[in-house]
Amino acid sequence: MTNAYAPDPATKLQIYGLMSLIKQNDEHARRAIRTGRLVMNYYSPRGQECIPAAVSVSLDPEDYICTIYRGLHDMVAKGVPLKPLWAEFAGRVDGTCKGKGGPMHITHPASGCMVTTGIVGSSMPIANGLAWSAKLSGSKRVTVAYFGDGASNIGAFHESLNLASIWKLPVIFVCQNNQYSEHTPIEKCTAIDEIARRADSYSMPGVRVNGNDPVEVYAAAREAIDRARAGEGPTLIEAVTFRFFGHNMGDDDSYMPKDKKQAALERDPFPLYRRRIIDEGVATEAELEAIDQAHERDVREALEFALASPPPEIAELHRDVYAQEVNQ
Amino acid sequence: MNQPNTDTCLGVEAVNMALRIAMEADPSVLVLGEDVGDPEGGGVMGATRGLSTAFGDDRCRSTPISEQAIIGAAIGASIGGFRPVAEIMLMNFTAVCMDMLYNHAAKLRFMSGGQTNVPITVRMLTGAGAGGGGQHADYLEAWFAHAAGMKVVAPSNNADLHGLLLSCIEDDDPCIFIENTPLQRSRGPRPIPGQRVPIGKAAIARPGADVTIVTHSRMVINALAAAEQLASEGVDAEVIDLRTISPWDKTAVLDSVAKTGRAVVVHEAVRPFGIGAEISATIAEELFGDLNAPVQRIGAPFCPVPFARELEDAYIPSAARIHGAAMLTMDKAWVSA
Repeated sequence: MTNAYAPDPATKLQIYGLMSLIKQNDEHARRAIRTGRLVMNYYSPRGQECIPAAVSVSLDPEDYICTIYRGLHDMVAKGVPLKPLWAEFAGRVDGTCKGKGGPMHITHPASGCMVTTGIVGSSMPIANGLAWSAKLSGSKRVTVAYFGDGASNIGAFHESLNLASIWKLPVIFVCQNNQYSEHTPIEKCTAIDEIARRADSYSMPGVRVNGNDPVEVYAAAREAIDRARAGEGPTLIEAVTFRFFGHNMGDDDSYMPKDKKQAALERDPFPLYRRRIIDEGVATEAELEAIDQAHERDVREALEFALASPPPEIAELHRDVYAQEVNQ
Repeated sequence: MNQPNTDTCLGVEAVNMALRIAMEADPSVLVLGEDVGDPEGGGVMGATRGLSTAFGDDRCRSTPISEQAIIGAAIGASIGGFRPVAEIMLMNFTAVCMDMLYNHAAKLRFMSGGQTNVPITVRMLTGAGAGGGGQHADYLEAWFAHAAGMKVVAPSNNADLHGLLLSCIEDDDPCIFIENTPLQRSRGPRPIPGQRVPIGKAAIARPGADVTIVTHSRMVINALAAAEQLASEGVDAEVIDLRTISPWDKTAVLDSVAKTGRAVVVHEAVRPFGIGAEISATIAEELFGDLNAPVQRIGAPFCPVPFARELEDAYIPSAARIHGAAMLTMDKAWVSA
């Protein structure tokens, strides 16, 4: 890691702001489900928030991301506006997708969130195509594919890395290794201890970073994004992290050794990073508190906006299936 | 007898001409797939021959044998503003990339509330009769016709191969384009360059008054042969070439059956749960009182495509079987006194 890729204080604060915003979104989502205000499948990204926060600060609004069902943090970090995001969570007409996609299929091209998939391993092949379109157009746009450690065992991962490498596509594969494939621990289902080393098979750089350290993630992402923009091809980043609320909401964590989870919680990236930037003099406690409170208010407003929005009309069943309505 | 001349061409040439015209007209049209570039032979059948030389390797790219990566690249590029034509060599190989086709290409427009669309065309060969055996020759059009958001096209002649391919490339929805392997290798009238054939419109391949035979792709040829035999026996069959499987031309089929009062639906795919079931159910629902006989369905037996020539011949619905089904609908016993 070179100093050239160290975030300056303003960038550090920007990363904090995104982490705080993600955390507020996650807390409200879990509370809204618990209290029955929202009914949705929810895959909490809590514990993984610093990864997209530290990646996104080096992305431009026109850069693309493809993410997955555990993707709230990726979407928020990329700039998907909160009101339509929450209205989509609620299945309402003011949602990003008019309530027709739901939390697993958030799409918001204006902020570069192009595809959210509910299928493990499917963000990567499509990210390649988006990156290919940028390359063909001669633009400097890059595409980030987010996915988990479980997805690195799917054929599409290997096909995608191979194609991206031989076509030198401007794509960054960001594996958020939370150490569980649904309920199965990584050592039981993945035949390599460092997913980053899978990059060796595809002749691309593979970088393993502490996914709970925004400074490390920032440096790796910045280098990969610069490489992609310069036409030097793809990078695989493995950011090692942990998810604090299991696979999906309602998951009782019984498959997770208690000491392992406890150790992970003690490394919670949010309070650690908060303490760190205060100690470094990037911001004061009071300034960070003001950021947190502003985000809390924004998320609360977005939730109320979502719940006040009407459901889509039934005629939507027949719209957007084809370009022109087809009567089959 | 198959002497090449300027008025005829192979099926594969009708496809090649369409690709060339589309790429010339629109710089956003791309071609990708296994071996599609000229150094690799221009496609397994030669359908993409000359394109990489004429338009460059960026616009006509050979890929690894990675069907998920091929369709993923096509989907992503289409969302990024291009019109990719992906070649999945054989229809059976779509099984390898069904997630990309079914969960993504077909659904992204709906799931995004219309914000993104996937204007890709996926070309593929299939069809028994070439000794391909169980994994190289299936007709799987019903799989794709069952996917809301997907269009499915299966031409039976050069003009339709040419004209429908152009329409698919220009269409804003994902299109499955089925090329019949034996037909791609046979010669027929050369299409008028650039003449489009609309998606969703059937053709009357042979007009008739007594019984309607509804079919598509290579089975049109067998249906026409059956119709000739029927004509010699005084039965005037109308042959409807669906051309598009989804959305199918319900109006054309129902108009014809309303006229004839009899219908035989024919496809090369296995009969159970095939598109024949959908078509005959629709005919029964819409024209119950007008039918003079139950709708007959002809398809392949419910088994994988066999290899042995004798078995393969027996597998493919023959003109004789179609003729038999049509004659059955003519039976006076159906009409109550």
